[in-house]
Amino acid sequence: MNIQLNGEPHEVEEETSVGGLLQKLDIRLDQVAVEINLEIMDKRDFETRILKDHDRVEVMSFIGGGSIDPVPLINVWAGL
Amino acid sequence: MNTDRLTIAGREFRSRLWVGTGKYKDFVETQKAIEMSGADVVTVAVRRVNITDRHSENLLDYIDPKKYTILPNTAGCYTVEDAVRYARLARAAGISDLVKLEVIGDEKTLFPDTAGLLEAAKILIKEGFIVLPYTNDDPIVAQKLVDIGCPAVMPLAAPIGSGLGIRNPYNLKIILENIKVPVIVDAGVGTASDAALAMELGADAVLMNTAIAGAQDPIMMAEAMKYGIEAGRLAYRAGRIPRKLYATASTTIEGML
Repeated sequence: MNIQLNGEPHEVEEETSVGGLLQKLDIRLDQVAVEINLEIMDKRDFETRILKDHDRVEVMSFIGGGSIDPVPLINVWAGL
Repeated sequence: MNTDRLTIAGREFRSRLWVGTGKYKDFVETQKAIEMSGADVVTVAVRRVNITDRHSENLLDYIDPKKYTILPNTAGCYTVEDAVRYARLARAAGISDLVKLEVIGDEKTLFPDTAGLLEAAKILIKEGFIVLPYTNDDPIVAQKLVDIGCPAVMPLAAPIGSGLGIRNPYNLKIILENIKVPVIVDAGVGTASDAALAMELGADAVLMNTAIAGAQDPIMMAEAMKYGIEAGRLAYRAGRIPRKLYATASTTIEGML
């Protein structure tokens, strides 16, 4: 059975739970958020939610960030 | 002992320097710079987990959430829907109810879309988030954000990553005089004197990323920023002398020959 995982096709066995998928991918549960078909999951439901064919799954976590880079401007301030 | 604490929504912070975690060479450098800065609030972004390379490390292995307040942001969100979605994902990941809310209006300037910001803030506040909004140096918008329930506001000094310093100190001063919640100057700081100036104006804290991470020696700049913030804060509390056009002798002429 195929799901869409972080934008890419991904094959999983039948009856795989969200928790099972994360475990198989070796993803720690403590800092992760999962969204399935645009619905954000409660972590307590990871084990009971069984993945279905064509589910669109997003697995998100934290990365370094202040704010995104601006488009580089002409460097008129060089030397100031 | 420093007893001059910053309190937002019942949470107390030691440091008035808040730092971002983007643009560093690696996690070790990130960790060292943050430690040197003395910051206790650290912003992070929410992104897809790298599925294909599971050996990559996690940022939060280097920044202990027990030691620091992790402040997830909605960097890169250009719509209300996206900003709300990312904020909800951050909370679902289980770090905190805090969110540094950004609704970006334009790719070139990264200025906030303040109409979108107000709308997104309303939605998230209703859902119980503690919303710290990244906003323009606009006193009216800042007041509106407070009115809808933001426990602090985060006006910019200059465009994100620009290093231009405080472009409109008079607007910031108006915000600082009128807003009754903490004001955190966010974005645009270039060097330690910019941070000191923000604090001298009366800002409650300054959040920065590029000014430290982009410096030639980020760890040394982190230390410089720490002192800039502390010096500016002390000067603000001490109360500076008024500016005068002419000299005033500091030595008495009494007793001269």
